[in-house]
Amino acid sequence: MAKQMHDTPMLDQLESGPWPSFVTGLKRLAKDNDMMVDLLGQLETSYETRKGYWKGGTVGVIGYGGGIIPRFTELKGDDGKALFPAAAEFHTLRIMPPPGMHYDTNTIRKMCDIWEKYGSGLIAFHGQSGDIMFQGCSTDNVQPAFDELNEMGFDLGGAGPAVRTGMSCVGAARCENSCVDEGRTMRMLVNNALDDMHRPALPYKFKYKVSGCPNDCMNSVQRADLATIGTWRDDMKVDQEEVKKFVATRGRKYTIDNVITRCPTKALSLNDDDTLSVDNPSCVRCMHCINVMNKALSPGDDKGVTLLCGGKRTLKIGDLLGTVIVPFMKLETDEDFETLEELATEILDFFAENALEHERTGEMVERIGLVNFLEGVGLEIDPNMIERPRMNPYVRMDGWDEEAAKWAEHKTAQ
Amino acid sequence: MSEPRMQIESGVPEMEAYLHPVLKKNYGQWAWHERPRPGVLHHVAKSGDSIWTVRAGTQRQMDLYTIRKLMDIADEFAEGYVRFTIRSNIEYMVSEESKVQPLIDKLGSEGFPIGGTGNSVSMISHTQGWLHCDIPGTDASGAVKALMDDLYDEFVKEEMPNRVRITTSCCQINCGGQGDIAINIQHTKPPKIDHDQVANVCERPSVVARCPVAAIRPAMVNGKPSLEVDEKKCICCGACFPPCPPMQINDPEHSKFAIWVGGKNSNARSKPTLHKLVAAGVPNNPPRWPEVSAVVKQILAAYKADARDWERIGEWADRIGWPKFFEKTGLPFTKYHIDNWRGSRNNLNTSAHIRF
Repeated sequence: MAKQMHDTPMLDQLESGPWPSFVTGLKRLAKDNDMMVDLLGQLETSYETRKGYWKGGTVGVIGYGGGIIPRFTELKGDDGKALFPAAAEFHTLRIMPPPGMHYDTNTIRKMCDIWEKYGSGLIAFHGQSGDIMFQGCSTDNVQPAFDELNEMGFDLGGAGPAVRTGMSCVGAARCENSCVDEGRTMRMLVNNALDDMHRPALPYKFKYKVSGCPNDCMNSVQRADLATIGTWRDDMKVDQEEVKKFVATRGRKYTIDNVITRCPTKALSLNDDDTLSVDNPSCVRCMHCINVMNKALSPGDDKGVTLLCGGKRTLKIGDLLGTVIVPFMKLETDEDFETLEELATEILDFFAENALEHERTGEMVERIGLVNFLEGVGLEIDPNMIERPRMNPYVRMDGWDEEAAKWAEHKTAQ
Repeated sequence: MSEPRMQIESGVPEMEAYLHPVLKKNYGQWAWHERPRPGVLHHVAKSGDSIWTVRAGTQRQMDLYTIRKLMDIADEFAEGYVRFTIRSNIEYMVSEESKVQPLIDKLGSEGFPIGGTGNSVSMISHTQGWLHCDIPGTDASGAVKALMDDLYDEFVKEEMPNRVRITTSCCQINCGGQGDIAINIQHTKPPKIDHDQVANVCERPSVVARCPVAAIRPAMVNGKPSLEVDEKKCICCGACFPPCPPMQINDPEHSKFAIWVGGKNSNARSKPTLHKLVAAGVPNNPPRWPEVSAVVKQILAAYKADARDWERIGEWADRIGWPKFFEKTGLPFTKYHIDNWRGSRNNLNTSAHIRF
């Protein structure tokens, strides 16, 4: 029998309205879970005072240094005792889902049973890093809860200055735009770095995200230290019969206004017979026309990935988007995957050795310059890496002849 | 004493065991898709196989009774497999079209909205807030619940010019990420320092190093080693608070919301962009944050009325120009919109391109 519920007049106002209510869910759990009764008490207090009352600490599982988010209440009376003692410890286990966040119902039911036994019964599908968040666990129950989840085949994700849980889009499993095996790529990148995930010792967090095409549904350019984005380098594919059908159905004006003139590099032209001409060398693989006419247009056959490095949010120098470090690489054969795995290891090692404390890769590259970074990890320069050449003369260029010779050599080698 | 159980460091599990059989069979072999109605996707494989996906909104922070209910629906009305989107929508895959409507009806009767596809306002991606974070300026789940109640119609319909992706963050670190509209805490006062605690709790040199504007320096206060903040330099970002909790940045009154627009991760048409400040000083007003909803709805209404097909919010603003953006949304333009951080000249107009 659970303890008596606290009054929650503020939270109660989040039970009305058409969107599913997490408060109703918390209250249902509280009917037979004392931790949830007191969690509601503390949360209601936060709503009243507009203050948070959790502090971190050190809670973990045997063998790992991270992956648990410890939370201890700071809401205490004058006697130092927790005002909501049943929720005085409210830790989270971050558990990595399968790529693409696919599940069969039995797996999720088993997870629910484990969490009913050891935790509060509250699970987030999913946190912002892509973990399943098992929220609300006492210190004593963290280990047994992890053990059972681990026996199911699931492992802890990342937290702190460590490789973080990766994300990949639905991709090849259900999307015609997939240019790469996203799940295999993400899984390889993360599983290659598990030591740096589970024993946090990096300067700061490091994130891998994988999107199967330049629509970048995983926001990798904005959020990943190493963004892997599917693309292709031959001509995009055009089914002219389907183009004609599209024009016949939607009309020429719609096609011109919403496809032809929307092309960022003016690579499209609608012919008099309602077929489509594509200037493929001008195409930047933005995906817009393919998104709009997905039955008529599709990515080419010579698929691969573009790699970008350094995306992150505000702390400390401001928001950064990732920038190109590999314009194109194939990612089909086992050897291709090994090449990427080796490169990712180089980048992670370089970051571990050269970043300052609490510095992300984007900030490190900003500080040392892209060329130093590329040389450090063994990558060739490429004009696809820049928006435009430098606009100021403040650079020492007495190595020009050698560099120009390298370019000539590079051209001959191609 | 028995040996402790050691972890199996298995990492990310293989996907295959969790994939719907039709997805497994046609992996990497999809041909095209259509959206028969909002919230439903129909994908066709090169083999001729079809899969219908029904997408429903969830509250993300789910009690296990809700999760079990969703699984019951998957077993009874779908085919025993689900997946989640990056925005916490649940997706049910079925191999027969005849199963779509009963599934929609069941989800609807259990209170789960069907939508979030195409040109809709999808579920808001959010952070933990007061429920679980150690440094939050506000709640996340509550603000999102209140806002999604208000935007419900835009989730279940596809009536926006293009997709709208909203994010919220309960501090300026912005774990919520970039969005077409981002609703983020913005502190407006320097941290309040508990000098009795600093030396006990904080590693002072790393706190000094954390400050983006070098406004923090070591100091002796009341005979104790502590830290002081040059309040003229301080930008109130809160970066010092996580490594040094006695430097309290959250303030019930002075931690406000700022609203940003035009973040875009897709490469479609224009290159990816970061979001831009459009409104600030919005009060942090639980439990339903009506002032936040009002500004978001103001922006969405102007966008919906004025943007052309396929323009995301940032692309719309780029076409009509920022003077028109502020005019059409009715939001005030202030000196705070003019960037003065490093690289700020890139955000100034270096031309005679002026709109009248």
